[in-house]
Amino acid sequence: MNIEKTQNAAELEIKVRGRLDTATAPQLEAELKESLSGIEKLILDFAELDYLSSAGLRVLLSAQKTMNKQGEMVVRGINETIAEIFEVTGFCDILTIE
Amino acid sequence: MTKELTLAATVENIETVTDFVNEELEAFDCPMKAQMQIDIAIDELFGNIANYAYHPEIGEATVRIEVFEEPLSVVITFIDKGVPFNPLAEEDPNTTLSAEERPTGGLGVFMVKKSMDEILYEYEDGKNILKIRKNL
Repeated sequence: MNIEKTQNAAELEIKVRGRLDTATAPQLEAELKESLSGIEKLILDFAELDYLSSAGLRVLLSAQKTMNKQGEMVVRGINETIAEIFEVTGFCDILTIE
Repeated sequence: MTKELTLAATVENIETVTDFVNEELEAFDCPMKAQMQIDIAIDELFGNIANYAYHPEIGEATVRIEVFEEPLSVVITFIDKGVPFNPLAEEDPNTTLSAEERPTGGLGVFMVKKSMDEILYEYEDGKNILKIRKNL
């Protein structure tokens, strides 16, 4: 997994590439933990994310809860496999998917 | 075709297991989507063994892959000698709850159940044996 951050004032875009799984989810979690202070819009760009497992879903849920308190969060560019995971787990109702 | 790998059940080894299984799947022109679903299942199931089966010790697990023809399907078996644990006995999570109401766990096995064609658990001779089948 590879993470690329771009910040523009209170807007933060994070591009995640590869797999978001048990081994890599803690990395994204740590990155979010130190970056979300003062952020009003978080954009997660998943255009180059292959897939995510439940470990990744846990990180998304926690980020969504944080952003519910301080602004908004959008998820972009998901592939068919990830769309199906969001559908099956009900995450499509929790997340804002563009 | 049957191949087997026995290794330490650690989070670091999830990738080793995934590579081992993918190598076999690629020989059978497995569709990309099915391969990703299988990779996710490995992350969930081997990850559970790594995190809970022998905690706080480290034990071994065996992963077996069998490919059947007509209809083409792959069966992956996870075997460990850790604490008895039947993941199928867990209740399915409520997927209609809001972000605030959601518990953080319980989604992994549920995702595997939804993406595989069959999932079986048995406890035999001190071993947890969990088998998943995916039709290709």
